[in-house]
Amino acid sequence: MTSATTAGLTQRPRLATVWLDGCSGCHMSLLDLDARLFELVSLCDVVYGPLVDTKRVPEEIDLTLVEGAVSSDHDWHLVIELRARSKLLVAFGDCAVTGNVPSMRNVVPLSAIYQRVFPAAAAIGGDCPTVGVPRLLDRVLPVHQVVSVDLFLPGCPPAAEAIYQVLLDVLAQRAPEPLKLTRFGA
Amino acid sequence: MTSPTRVVTLRIDDREVSAREDETILQVARDNEIFIPTLCCLEGLSTWGACRLCLVEVSGSNKLLAACATRVAQDLEVKTNTPRILAYRRTILELLFSERNHVCSVCVANGECELQNLAQRCGVDHIRVSYRYPELSLDLSNDLFRLDPNRCILCTRCVRVCDEIEGAHTWDVMGRGIDCQVITDLKAPWGESKSCTSCGKCVHVCPTGALSQRGTAIAEVHHHRDFLPYLTQMRGERD
Repeated sequence: MTSATTAGLTQRPRLATVWLDGCSGCHMSLLDLDARLFELVSLCDVVYGPLVDTKRVPEEIDLTLVEGAVSSDHDWHLVIELRARSKLLVAFGDCAVTGNVPSMRNVVPLSAIYQRVFPAAAAIGGDCPTVGVPRLLDRVLPVHQVVSVDLFLPGCPPAAEAIYQVLLDVLAQRAPEPLKLTRFGA
Repeated sequence: MTSPTRVVTLRIDDREVSAREDETILQVARDNEIFIPTLCCLEGLSTWGACRLCLVEVSGSNKLLAACATRVAQDLEVKTNTPRILAYRRTILELLFSERNHVCSVCVANGECELQNLAQRCGVDHIRVSYRYPELSLDLSNDLFRLDPNRCILCTRCVRVCDEIEGAHTWDVMGRGIDCQVITDLKAPWGESKSCTSCGKCVHVCPTGALSQRGTAIAEVHHHRDFLPYLTQMRGERD
């Protein structure tokens, strides 16, 4: 538990969520808060992420939940931008915390993956597509290897109950204890 | 005639406890419900002392000692939860996670893994060192069981149970340092092993998902470790 997680939030905290290289299961688990979502939005504004329409990262964010590992140049730039604009950044779920399933590609070279996934392009000596799609990083990274992380919320996905408790604690500026609620692979 | 075993008193975390002089610090701590994490240690097998998770501070020694391999003594002062010990425990667990490819969410032992459980209990919420991502292939040559070295922590429980309890000594260790791995026979595929009796004891003592029954999927492995103390006790009575 870092002192950063109890850093002063604004009167009406602004919550962002982002979906990097993951399956969106953590966002699904967030939606599993069900009726408690009303309670959540009574405590904060959701200003960015898959759950809202905004396409631009807002200038000022209190709390960002990062789902997914950092796998492409798009993920890399986005997480750096979010970090710069967020008071608190949470690694949300196992992919963000450990790399999890996306990082399983790290045991083989990226070139071998391209040849398997784009065999036609590989056969004629073509490169992997990079126009309109982000370039993959050589290695998938957990979020804390790219930017500083204030709080780790493991789980695949973290249960709605764990998300709820941790968010309530953070918004009330109490020190959350995620490992009492969830673990790797939970 | 052997002299009777003496009883000694010592202090663990400022609690006065009594013990037989032939007991280890770990045994006495567990008898008194004082938590010391372990991975290589398993009741019924010989002491290995390799995982280092049970390190404790002991009066009169400026080195940390493995509780599983250190006998109690009269007036010993043992500390199991100093900041130094807690930091070492966490680091050891993180290094284990970084060394191989432990992906809990898709592991056959998810929910029944001693490494996963200890991570949660010892405050490992992320791994501070870089992961190594070694390329390790599974041994699926055995009809009944499989070896996934990605999940192996080299505790050698399989090696010891195979040698000491089953008497087959199919399992052993090869390579040094980061290249160390458990092997069957002289690194023959498990399915071609002449010595393996297919008893399955190694699978049941495995703390992680490294050894599992064929046909089990994610989170479907169930270990039955209780057979081991029972077996050794019954054999002792027979002798």
